[in-house]
Amino acid sequence: MSMKQLKVDNLFHKYGIVEVLNNISLSVSSGQTLALVGPSGCGKSTLLHIIAGLLTHSEGHLEQPFEQLACMFQSPRLLPWKTALDNIALGLKARKISRLERQQRAIELAGQLGLTRDDLDKYPHELSGGMQSRVALARALLVSPELLLLDEPFSALDIGLKLELYQLLRRHVEEHGTTVIMITHDLMEAVRLADSILMMAPEPGRILAEFPMAQPHALRDDNWIYRTSVELMQQPLVRLGFQLDGVGINHEDMPQPVAHGGCAP
Amino acid sequence: MFNYFLRSLSATLSYLWSGWGAIASLLLFCAAWELAGLYYGSLILPGPVETLKQLGTLFDQGELLPELLISARRALYGLLLALAAGTFLGMLAGFSVTASILSRPLVTLFLGMPPIAWLVLAMLWFGLGDATPVFTVFIACLPIVFAGAMQGTRTLDNQLKAVADVYGLPPLMRLTDVYLPHLASYVFPAWITALGTSWKVVVMAELLSSSDGVGAALAVTRAQLDTSGTLAWVVAVLAALLATEYLLLEPIKRHVERWRQEENA
Repeated sequence: MSMKQLKVDNLFHKYGIVEVLNNISLSVSSGQTLALVGPSGCGKSTLLHIIAGLLTHSEGHLEQPFEQLACMFQSPRLLPWKTALDNIALGLKARKISRLERQQRAIELAGQLGLTRDDLDKYPHELSGGMQSRVALARALLVSPELLLLDEPFSALDIGLKLELYQLLRRHVEEHGTTVIMITHDLMEAVRLADSILMMAPEPGRILAEFPMAQPHALRDDNWIYRTSVELMQQPLVRLGFQLDGVGINHEDMPQPVAHGGCAP
Repeated sequence: MFNYFLRSLSATLSYLWSGWGAIASLLLFCAAWELAGLYYGSLILPGPVETLKQLGTLFDQGELLPELLISARRALYGLLLALAAGTFLGMLAGFSVTASILSRPLVTLFLGMPPIAWLVLAMLWFGLGDATPVFTVFIACLPIVFAGAMQGTRTLDNQLKAVADVYGLPPLMRLTDVYLPHLASYVFPAWITALGTSWKVVVMAELLSSSDGVGAALAVTRAQLDTSGTLAWVVAVLAALLATEYLLLEPIKRHVERWRQEENA
């Protein structure tokens, strides 16, 4: 796979007159996992939607060279009138792959994700929340995305299920060299999965700091994850971003929003 | 596949089994009717047995089926016109916020207009032919179908639209896999309501404006003070309505909406 790089340069976005993203710049190379961390309302989801092409940003530059992308949302967002199997195969159907082939591929992948043949015949409302998340994960992975966008898809799941889905995800990402941008408000999740963590702050949404995670994924045991998360929590900018000291968000040490000249390009 | 077969089989059986409840309830009603008939005497309120006998006589004389067919044809024409126009216009209105805001009071207005008022207008406009009952049925059913289709289109889930965007569903597949299944769950109940309305309205329209059809036959029995004849026609109309709804529409609805939790629970 050739080296591709997703680039965001000085990106601004407004809903009406409210600025939700202020001067965002970031880059992700193929095969990397980037975590966007920050409190609610810091524009993480908006940024992800812009990268996914679901929203058009107001200003700035976005270079998104990856062709096949997939997205997991906060809720599974399965089509209620399709069985689990047809939900998983949705992306392949959109690519006009024959019914037999897409079902075979869906069944194979679903098996790896712990879904039985019986589960696949069920409609979403007949599945538990955890099973629905597996189906959503399978739907995303089945299109073999070059870029996978995750919008806190596992935040509602219990810890055991979370860890299992993390593993399944990591294995797939390593086998396929998938590039991942994930949103989370859980620092441990970011430390566990990401190659780099971007700390964001709200009002308007902006990037405070970037923390690269140099530790190879194979060497990330629980001990290292706990230790690193604690270390991160002690970083002044992380404390500021999450408002851990109860201070107002516009502390003087904090990078301030960038003023920009109206809407002129 | 076998699983699917088993599920449909058990659904069908449970549907048929639920019929016992309906039959018991109907028989209970007949008992009450019989009781009231004994009390008031057969001139005022003939009991169910006498009514059924009268119905049999009507059938033997070859009156029943032709008149029912005439009424059914008129109701069907008006209904089909209303379904086509109402669904199409309702969808159009649903796609635009302005159009739905504009049409909401109109729907209320049309729904509130008594069908008998339309009938008088129709008699003035179309005279005493087939067109009068057909038009009255059409105009009485139109707002019901329109409101259902508009509601269905308006409530299309933005979240599911995002899924369709991310997985690159082509336009036709969007329609067949996302929009139409959702729409059907709103439009179908409206269609069934419209079917009931069409029967009621066609009988009323014929009573006042036609020389044939069930309504006209009712007008004759009224003129002859023939209570058992009147009840026989009423039973015939109700039987036809129940048969179409429970033998035709309800099974279709169950099949189309088998993904729904509430309905089949």
